[in-house]
Amino acid sequence: MASDTPRRNLPPLELYVPEPKFRPGDDADFSDIEVPPAGETRRPDTADDHGDMPDLAYGLVRVLDEDNKAVGPWDPKLDADTLRKMLRSMALTRAFDERMFRAQRQGKTSFYMKCTGEEAVAIAATFALDRDDMCFPSYRQQGILIARDWSLVDMMNQVYSNKRDRLMGRQLPIMYSTKQGSFFSISGNLATQYPQAVGWAMASAAKGDSRIAATWTGEGSSAEGDFHSACIFAAVYKAPVIMNVVNNQWAISSFSGFAGGEATTFAARAVGYGIAGLRVDGNDALAVYAATQWAAERARTNKGPTLIEHFTYRAEGHSTSDDPSQYRSANEAAEWPLGDPIARLKNHLIALGEWDEDRQAAMDKECAEQVKTAAKQAEKNGILGHGLHHPLETMFEQVFEEMPWHLKEQMQDMLDENEAANNVAKTR
Amino acid sequence: MSRGDNSTSQRNMIQAINSAMDVAMERDENVCVFGEDVGFYGGVFRATAGLQEKFGKTRSFDTPINECGIIGVAVGMAAYGMRPVAEIQFADYIYPGLDQLVSEAARLRYRSAGEFTAPLTIRSPFGGGIFGGQTHSQSPESIFTHVCGVKTVIPSTPYDAKGLLIAAIEDPDPVVFFEPKRIYNGPFDGYYDTPVEPWSKHPASEVPDGHYVIPLGKANIVREGSAVTMLCYGTMVHVTMAAVETLGIDAEVIDLRTLLPLDIETIEASIKKTGRCLVVHEATRTSGFGAELAALVQERCFYHLEAPIQRVTGYDTPYPHSLEWAYFPGPVRLRLAIERVMEDVSGEV
Ligand SMILES: Cc1ncc(C[n+]2csc(CCOP(=O)(O)OP(=O)(O)O)c2C)c(N)n1
Repeated sequence: MASDTPRRNLPPLELYVPEPKFRPGDDADFSDIEVPPAGETRRPDTADDHGDMPDLAYGLVRVLDEDNKAVGPWDPKLDADTLRKMLRSMALTRAFDERMFRAQRQGKTSFYMKCTGEEAVAIAATFALDRDDMCFPSYRQQGILIARDWSLVDMMNQVYSNKRDRLMGRQLPIMYSTKQGSFFSISGNLATQYPQAVGWAMASAAKGDSRIAATWTGEGSSAEGDFHSACIFAAVYKAPVIMNVVNNQWAISSFSGFAGGEATTFAARAVGYGIAGLRVDGNDALAVYAATQWAAERARTNKGPTLIEHFTYRAEGHSTSDDPSQYRSANEAAEWPLGDPIARLKNHLIALGEWDEDRQAAMDKECAEQVKTAAKQAEKNGILGHGLHHPLETMFEQVFEEMPWHLKEQMQDMLDENEAANNVAKTR
Repeated sequence: MSRGDNSTSQRNMIQAINSAMDVAMERDENVCVFGEDVGFYGGVFRATAGLQEKFGKTRSFDTPINECGIIGVAVGMAAYGMRPVAEIQFADYIYPGLDQLVSEAARLRYRSAGEFTAPLTIRSPFGGGIFGGQTHSQSPESIFTHVCGVKTVIPSTPYDAKGLLIAAIEDPDPVVFFEPKRIYNGPFDGYYDTPVEPWSKHPASEVPDGHYVIPLGKANIVREGSAVTMLCYGTMVHVTMAAVETLGIDAEVIDLRTLLPLDIETIEASIKKTGRCLVVHEATRTSGFGAELAALVQERCFYHLEAPIQRVTGYDTPYPHSLEWAYFPGPVRLRLAIERVMEDVSGEV
């Protein structure tokens, strides 16, 4: 055995701990990121075997070129109306985020998370899915609901945990849920939605349904065991599911290297599991649309799952609770080589002669107004901590379908306590 | 004191915890700290701030978001001979790592007949009171006291936090160290709507700068009294004290500090003196640690009890976001329970 010899002259081992390229005070420079020209990546037939396309897991599907034209085999050739609708959803999402972020700062709710810079990831994908395909989102895909024209007031009621919040004030703000909107209840426990999406897709297949499932997670959360459990089940059962990894470069203060991003791409994980993997320019709405459409067709024709890495950038803080200036260079977002997804889609429409700056400005104003009106309406139903919440008794409902004796007893205790406290909280 | 002086500083709990790791790392180069956002950023609650700068990134580092990996790697590092201190960002996220802790770390000594051990510490903020909703507020301590081979520690003051954490790190067995995040940055009296002075203006703890330990398994009698024994830990120590002081009752308040091993002697002596017992915790009631305490007290002190043991706890529902303060065991819930436990056999208060 090698170890039978004395070890005296061996060099000491070293523990490698990754470091991001830039820290606060550094000038971010992304010139080493390989950005292949738009239109260059091949588009295999959706019926092709996953084993014949490993290159796509290492490439970058891009449609919009430097001149704002849509080029190459992945161009989904959308009509101008659809493009404008998509642009509007993205702008509305940004306006919504702005308003709700401010609401948190004003003390109207406890918490908020923006998706600034990542709007295309959720919105363009939603446009490529059917309205009844089930989405299993993480917490930065509010764009799905907005793209499905879900009521902004309803979303805000949830953010404010007020008396009209359909989730009865039980969830953290932004953790939406709507079965009607085919939007699965968001969990705060990262990556748990991944195997659930696979299970939903397996059930859909087992039942001979035509609906597919799609799920999203951050690149940081793709390190969780749940992610890998999902991949193995999806591969084994060829589940009709689209698994999106939103690589926005940061997981709170940890750069993508801590999720394995230095070693390989996130799309490449698909290769090891025997799943089709695509790496996509996540700030190119047309590329996201095209990739999702391709993956959806594979799923619908029983060709199995697709793992899509959306290469993008989180342009704002992680949430209202963190301070990105403490861990990353201030100019990263500005230097991001793939630009801003809204600006890119806007410029494309302008290049097509279907849009102009004035219309954009008018639309932005309209979005801001729409959000403001919705916020005022939602605030009438209450903001967090101001008494306009669901009655106390609701705390005990829906733990089970039927309330067992011990919860009934505890509910009575709670009501007695409230009475002893001079009825400070609202009851039925 | 390792630094050869008796200097102290005013510290909030986060700062005390930070100081504990600093001191432990200075004394023993086998001590290393890691977890999500722990290295460069110093943890989302800043508990590990400055440690990477001081000790380098092989002793204080970020990890992938994978709690199973964090705890499993800690087991391996501990088996090698290091003293890992791993952070789980919120106690609500310890579950993916549960198998590594419960089936592996906890039993390694036993199953290898002492050949391998896992002297690791898992730190994690727990408890509610910060509008964290159901996934940032749980108190899962009784899950760990139910496991054979893990110690469970919960401090309630900055002073205790530092001394207990150093003891946990130096302990030869795996320790789960739950930090009550509601009182991380300052005092708290259980009333959410009365403004509490910021810690900086209202320091509650002088904390030694150097090394000291509070032995695991030793409770603290926070207040001596003869009318009733109140057993509590973490944030609830402060809520209990506020209730006792407001009501002006002669209660003995015991901060358990370590749930396992439990300081049964202190508890027994107190109950034999007072004849009444009230248990307070924030965790859900059913199968909570209060049930264990009540069982122990009645097994050992039955003939000394003047009234049934009472439990004040959170309810058996997930932690609600907007109704958080109706869920949280506050002074009113305590007052009602105190009234019940003070009733004598004839039903008179
Ligand atoms: C199981 C679990 N562990 C830890 C956390 C705490 N946490 C919340 S968000 C987050 C970072 C996630 O980063 P990423 O997956 O990259 O998504 P992004 O925020 O960048 O969109 C962490 C560690 C959690 N919510 N759940």
